[in-house]
Amino acid sequence: MLEAKSFELFPEAASSIAGHVDAFYAFMVLVSAFFSLLIAFLVVYFAYKYRHRPGENIVYAPYDDHSLSAMLLEVVWTAIPLGLSMIMFVWGISIYFTEARPPVDSMEIFVTGKQWMWKIQHMEGAREINELHIPVNRNVKLTMTSEDVIHDFFIPAFRTKADVLPGRYTTEWFRATKVGSYHIFCAEYCGTKHSGMIGTVTVMTESAYNTWLGAGGGEGSMAEQGQALFNQLGCGNCHASIVNNQNGRCPNLVGLFGSTVELKDGKQVKADASYIRESVLYPQSKIVAGFDDYMPTFKGLITEDGMLKLIEYIRSLGAKNGVINQATPLPVQTADPAKAAISKPGVALPLPGSGGVAR
Amino acid sequence: MTTATPPVKEPKNYLNAEHGLRSWLLTQDHKRIAILYLIAVSAFFVVGGLMAVLIRLELATPAGDLMDSNTYNKVFTMHGVIMIFFFLIPSIPAILGNFLLPLMIGAKDLAFPRINLISWYVYMLGGTFGVIVLLSGGVDTGWTFYTPFSSSYSNGYVVLTALAAFINGFSSILTGLNFIVTVHRMRAPGLTWFRLPLFVWAHYSTSVIMILGTPVIAVTLFLLMLERGLHIGFFDPAYGGDPVLFQHLFWFYSHPAVYIMILPSMGVISEVISTFSSKKPFGYTFIAFSSVAIAVFGFLVWGHHLYVSSQSAYAGMVFSILSYIVAIPSAIKVFNWAATMYKGSVRLEAPMLYAIGFIGLFTVGGLTGLFLAAMGLDVHLTDTYFVIAHFHYVMVGGAIMGYQAGIHFWWPKIVGRMYPRAWATVAAILTFVGFNLTFFPQFILGYLGMPRRYHVYPPEFQVFNVLSSAGASVLGLGYLIPAIYLIWSIKNGEPAGANPWGATGLEWQTSSPPPTENFEVTPVVTTEAYDYTALTLTTQEVTHVG
Repeated sequence: MLEAKSFELFPEAASSIAGHVDAFYAFMVLVSAFFSLLIAFLVVYFAYKYRHRPGENIVYAPYDDHSLSAMLLEVVWTAIPLGLSMIMFVWGISIYFTEARPPVDSMEIFVTGKQWMWKIQHMEGAREINELHIPVNRNVKLTMTSEDVIHDFFIPAFRTKADVLPGRYTTEWFRATKVGSYHIFCAEYCGTKHSGMIGTVTVMTESAYNTWLGAGGGEGSMAEQGQALFNQLGCGNCHASIVNNQNGRCPNLVGLFGSTVELKDGKQVKADASYIRESVLYPQSKIVAGFDDYMPTFKGLITEDGMLKLIEYIRSLGAKNGVINQATPLPVQTADPAKAAISKPGVALPLPGSGGVAR
Repeated sequence: MTTATPPVKEPKNYLNAEHGLRSWLLTQDHKRIAILYLIAVSAFFVVGGLMAVLIRLELATPAGDLMDSNTYNKVFTMHGVIMIFFFLIPSIPAILGNFLLPLMIGAKDLAFPRINLISWYVYMLGGTFGVIVLLSGGVDTGWTFYTPFSSSYSNGYVVLTALAAFINGFSSILTGLNFIVTVHRMRAPGLTWFRLPLFVWAHYSTSVIMILGTPVIAVTLFLLMLERGLHIGFFDPAYGGDPVLFQHLFWFYSHPAVYIMILPSMGVISEVISTFSSKKPFGYTFIAFSSVAIAVFGFLVWGHHLYVSSQSAYAGMVFSILSYIVAIPSAIKVFNWAATMYKGSVRLEAPMLYAIGFIGLFTVGGLTGLFLAAMGLDVHLTDTYFVIAHFHYVMVGGAIMGYQAGIHFWWPKIVGRMYPRAWATVAAILTFVGFNLTFFPQFILGYLGMPRRYHVYPPEFQVFNVLSSAGASVLGLGYLIPAIYLIWSIKNGEPAGANPWGATGLEWQTSSPPPTENFEVTPVVTTEAYDYTALTLTTQEVTHVG
């Protein structure tokens, strides 16, 4: 919660991962406290016990630090820290891999950072700035990008953060476990008002969230807005967005999202958000096999927010493909393996949640 | 320094050999160059310290009430840039290393005295650019210069600042080169590698990092200047660059650079602990090789700064395990230092108090580094005050405590006079207490989630910030007092004699201050380092704090 508490040692734990991070942290604190106190005790005790008293001769006691016992000592105080640190290493990566991999059933929300605000876009169309409303006990995956410099989306109560980079998409996920309001901080220094780039995440019950979502819209879902943009930019002049359309100038986009695309140079690439973004901004960098370097760049013509909507629209085409194919199997298109790959049914990624499908 | 006219009877030494500004500015004597560095580096420490004062004053309240955000950002940037590039990196190597390395190995000077002087002028040139930046309005990128903020968005003097650090790097390279050649070529007869003092091993390892790492930061800063000045795309996606590439290049140098800052300090601690325990360092070879291991492995861990920067998780794993491995040599050193005191003859003189403080603070700093090497924990902790606290435990609690231990240990050698020891004891204790008060609360702040580089912060973080600012005033006193008594002692201290601490190094066998040529007769080494048997009969008079 956001009420000012002045003397807490642990921040509020409000996500599924927070307990694991806190437990690991507590272990680290205990190990560190033990070794710090051990060293402090030894040093202070030796300083007292073997102190040189004024007036005494300094006694020099030669000793052999290559003796067996000395070597044994060296081995012991090398091996114990090494063993302990390997426990820390493994524990650390096990938590990290949970943090870094969003569950497949995550609902998706999109984040655009810019100096100095967070713009949030829900799939259903709701938009907000410096606020993030999410339902409790649902896996939430953020897809994030920046319009300018590097930012970092940090929610201490969820014990997670990730950099938000210009020119690419990064992800972050969490499952909130407690209804309440928590801080969002920009954790990567981003210029003058860096410390003002903060916000609030509001965790709501599922029903409250649905009510909130319903109240917010008006502009249509992200995919619908993406479709409007698609038409506005004239993408459909070359790219077919209907199954079976054989307009041959550019690849058919139906079923593209999540498929494997064969490129002119023989390489293969997975058609994810980054690939689509790159193809819109730098069309010449990856040419699909069987096509020419024909498409002009749309750099400067589309905002990062618009790009996310466009990608959502293209993803929604994949869903239609999957649904339609079950009913009416596609006729064999061409002998071109690239095209075959693009329109191959069933390769679209499973869609997140219920709210993501274009209605 | 130049005005210190010694009593008529005082024998010729490097301080009174020549007089006048010219004799200092054109000197090729490593000891005089060390003094030049001491003056310049101390001046930068004062400026960087004043920046820290401003930061702690501003953060005493949650609101931004002392300065505006832009000014605050410039203040913490200048604090970082000055303290890292113009204080921590040159402090021990260029001052104590310069002064002591030839003395410790029984040489008349470094291998390249002229290059040594040039390195000081290069440092001053870089420093001049730094001062110009400061006077003309500063820079707000943070000392890390992350792109594309620095290359395309910052409104400060980025190119000039990068140029200052770029030029300064050449000073490091020249010093490192000089040290390596000196250790290889100038050792006194009989002084084999395994008879070298551990201070020399530490500086040798540091020098290797300096000459291998510094060119990389030079290239990186050069690319940054090209992108900012000419819009040639390396790092900004708007020009087709990769923003994370900068972080890889930057940390490829800047992580080893923290070992440039801490290794020399570890060298000092080995000398001080041994001397004030009158005992050969336990595990000499382990301490020596741990320095080398740190220098080697230190180059392989840079990616632990990038766990949340979209770096591959598998790359992160490799960097994580290597980061744990690089921690082991430091642990070995700490245990060996503690074991050195066992059954020694321990005297708690000021340098020893600083060294004991170092062991405690460095241990905490090192252990909290393990938190940050753990990938899953670093996700929460990185870019928070936990990192600030860890870094300051290692750099202030470690590197600067070590520097103070070294200054207090060799000051009688450098100026030939003793400082008031009771005051030095007070200063060491104040520094230790003030330091912990300042930085320990920041660990808690970090775990609570307070991000670094925040000018304004939510009110629930205030209590720990007030503690930290209060501690900083005690710490400031801990730095101010030595500044006063050390300067005072130059003229007014008791003559120290050649070997006031009962130490074994060759530097203690010549007079204090040493003559220009260091030794009247080139010493011949016949025993291991730290052979206290030869001293036992002559150090009965070793004095104690009143």
